[in-house]
Amino acid sequence: MMDKYTLLQKIGIYVSIALFLLFMLLPFVEMFIASLRPLTHLFSRPDVPVGETMTFMDFMSRFWSDKMSFQAYRDMWVTVPQLPRYIFNSVFLSTAVTFFSMCFIVPAAYAYARFNFRGKTISLTLFLAVNMFSGAVLLIPLYKLLRMYGLLNTYWAMIIPGVAFLIPTGIWLLKSFLEKIPYELEEAAFVDGASRLYTLRRVILPLAVPGLIVVGVAMFIGAYAQQFLFAITFNQDRDYMPLPAGIFEFIGYQDVLWNEMMAASLVGILPVLLIFLFMQKHLIAGLTSGAVKE
Amino acid sequence: MSNLIQMLKPKTKAQTTTLFAWALIAPAALVMFWIVVWPLYETFRLSFTNSNLGTLMGGAEFVGWENYEKAIGGRKFPAIVTRTFYWMFLSVGLKMILGLIGASLLASNIRARGILRALVMPPWIVPIAIGCFGWLWLYNGHFGLISNFIEMAGITDGPFSFLAYKQSAFYSAVVTDVWIGTPMVTLFFLAAMQGVPRDLYEAAYVDGASRWYRFRRITLPQIMPTIVSMALLSAIWTFNSFEIIWILTEGGPRGATTTLIIDTFKTAIFSYKFGAGATRAVLVVLILGIFSILYLTVLNRLNNKYGYAGVRK
Repeated sequence: MMDKYTLLQKIGIYVSIALFLLFMLLPFVEMFIASLRPLTHLFSRPDVPVGETMTFMDFMSRFWSDKMSFQAYRDMWVTVPQLPRYIFNSVFLSTAVTFFSMCFIVPAAYAYARFNFRGKTISLTLFLAVNMFSGAVLLIPLYKLLRMYGLLNTYWAMIIPGVAFLIPTGIWLLKSFLEKIPYELEEAAFVDGASRLYTLRRVILPLAVPGLIVVGVAMFIGAYAQQFLFAITFNQDRDYMPLPAGIFEFIGYQDVLWNEMMAASLVGILPVLLIFLFMQKHLIAGLTSGAVKE
Repeated sequence: MSNLIQMLKPKTKAQTTTLFAWALIAPAALVMFWIVVWPLYETFRLSFTNSNLGTLMGGAEFVGWENYEKAIGGRKFPAIVTRTFYWMFLSVGLKMILGLIGASLLASNIRARGILRALVMPPWIVPIAIGCFGWLWLYNGHFGLISNFIEMAGITDGPFSFLAYKQSAFYSAVVTDVWIGTPMVTLFFLAAMQGVPRDLYEAAYVDGASRWYRFRRITLPQIMPTIVSMALLSAIWTFNSFEIIWILTEGGPRGATTTLIIDTFKTAIFSYKFGAGATRAVLVVLILGIFSILYLTVLNRLNNKYGYAGVRK
């Protein structure tokens, strides 16, 4: 009863959702259309005679052409031969960041979820406070640090800061997952004489797999999204460049090859989009579980 | 030595637990010290020196408060701080409003909710830099969709380059920032809305409360904790937002989109004035810290006086 809508309300809801989604997806639509149009069409702009207003047909002809094709998706590999490398780098960097950050997140999240110990609240607060500092604020000393260890212009220059800035969020997310695993299981293992580490490895970890996957995917998406800043400041080597930085090469040529740039961008976001598509149900439920609890 | 070991040896169960817990946390804590805490200290130290590209690794002179005097006394500084806060309040406000609207829509009892929810997420998932390329093209005066659309609608009578003029560039950057930040806010508000006990709504419905009344008097107060914490998180991120502005305008035209973070990056990385850049970084941290403490204090006051975050129960 309460959830029934009149026809008018229903239409209102769907129209509002459509408008909301239009805002969320408009850039992707524009990128896709631009990637299909030949460069000549992309830069043609039939002038509307002075005194006349632009009609809907004028508008359409500017964004629609008979010569639309997927040509840019073929040409982009030729224009920027390094493109596969950039995409590989992006995926590789994110995978490495996810792996290393999980190595630090899992034990710490376990400790926060399971034990009451001295300094628990204060240290957790300090971890979360790290979110206040963006990488941009710490660039100078980080640059110095990486140079000191000779890590500039290597994968490590992007992996190390990437890992560090994801750890706090990861701990917080995984903690709320681990808190849901009943403590009795652990006690039972303990009574049977299992050591703490054995319990962690053999009892908790298998039960935590769904949570681990969700947090891992969240870390991967985060790492994939945040490559730009560290890439443009700590790395000049084109061999290690991730896609968001490498894509600027399309700008370096005589004219900006916008259609190929858009095509490359869309291909470059496919890895995360696919992962999200497969995981979205768990991911959305997992990411928000901490928010609902209170 | 053996004394020390004796001292560290846990005596009670609680001590064993504390020791074990800290052993598990230690690796993560060490990384934080290495990559965040030490750099923070180093930023603070550098802010009192005239460090530049030649003296970054050592040899920079201590210059006292000079950098601070120059930064704060600079002609542009008040404008940049005002702009940064305006940017933050405007963008966060819009994200909260859009997030509430989006979450309410997606929480309604309609078909294909799952797919519609998933469709909201891409701006958040996709690398910020790549999302910004899309906006860069959208904002293009000659070839972009928006400029052509408003020309057709008769609002303008020619191409309008959104990123070329001071005001339009600023608001365009805000729109893109809102675009990137809204999905996450929507998602968390949606989750909070679904956590509200259903019998509250049913009781109100039986008493004849309208939809709007139920939203105002049940949904809003119930999800207020989430709104409050999301607003703070979002404010911190927006204050620190770098990539969006950098890719769209690089802080231009004529400084119209230069926020504190952009100013810091420009000074430090582009002009190689590491000392002066570090000073700005310290100011960012200080201002953001003060803002967060104020926010939480005011909230606590309101909380004690009126119930949660000023919403009457």
